[in-house]
Amino acid sequence: MRVTVRLFARLRDIAGAGEFERPVHDGATVRHVWETLVGEFEELRAYDVSISTAVNAEYSQMDAPVADGDEVAFLPPVSGG
Amino acid sequence: MPTPLYSVTTDPLDLAALVGAVTAPPSDAPIDLGVPGAVTSFVGLVRGENAGRRVLRLEYEGYEPLALRAFERIGAETTERWQVRIGLHHRLGTLEIGEASVVIVVASPHRANAFAACRYIIERVKQIAPIWKHEFFVGGDVWIEGATAHPEDEVARQDALKLSCA
Repeated sequence: MRVTVRLFARLRDIAGAGEFERPVHDGATVRHVWETLVGEFEELRAYDVSISTAVNAEYSQMDAPVADGDEVAFLPPVSGG
Repeated sequence: MPTPLYSVTTDPLDLAALVGAVTAPPSDAPIDLGVPGAVTSFVGLVRGENAGRRVLRLEYEGYEPLALRAFERIGAETTERWQVRIGLHHRLGTLEIGEASVVIVVASPHRANAFAACRYIIERVKQIAPIWKHEFFVGGDVWIEGATAHPEDEVARQDALKLSCA
């Protein structure tokens, strides 16, 4: 199955794109998607402990399962206001 | 088009329009507050200085659908605690020094709740809204990274409550 990855702010700069698809295996979690990305873009590793995540534009958790077609977003620490 | 209570937009923010929207609730509003006795507002502006750097401009990026949900969540947290009506608009895109990045309006029967809720809302925006500042300053640029966004983090929420002097 495939998911759409969304990256924001510095994460987007590191990966060079803010939206792209990646294949994931059955039973995969948000963390598996993140590890796939870290494997591709080593600089993302620095965000292991500070990212938050959303699935289909709802805040989620790293151990949440993902499904085919999900939009999985990774968010660096926020700075709105 | 009527002014929405929650918005993430690249258009310039309009405090007066939001005050109008918040103080003239529709007849089917869930809580009938009648005519509010107090309105407070907060307007966040782009500063020309940050951490000793001379700021040239900010570029705000957001995850819009999640930002709107975060605003609705902040609204629900606020109205659960205080009997108020609120409006919250945040700007995205390129902002020059002095432009408004965020506008908050709170209407309440009495001033104490209006002040407290207004402070609470801006603290929560800074904690959980999926919005980022890209600061361009003399000599470079940097993504500003503040709080790890975790809406269920009760410690952070209590911090926001303390700051609101509730």
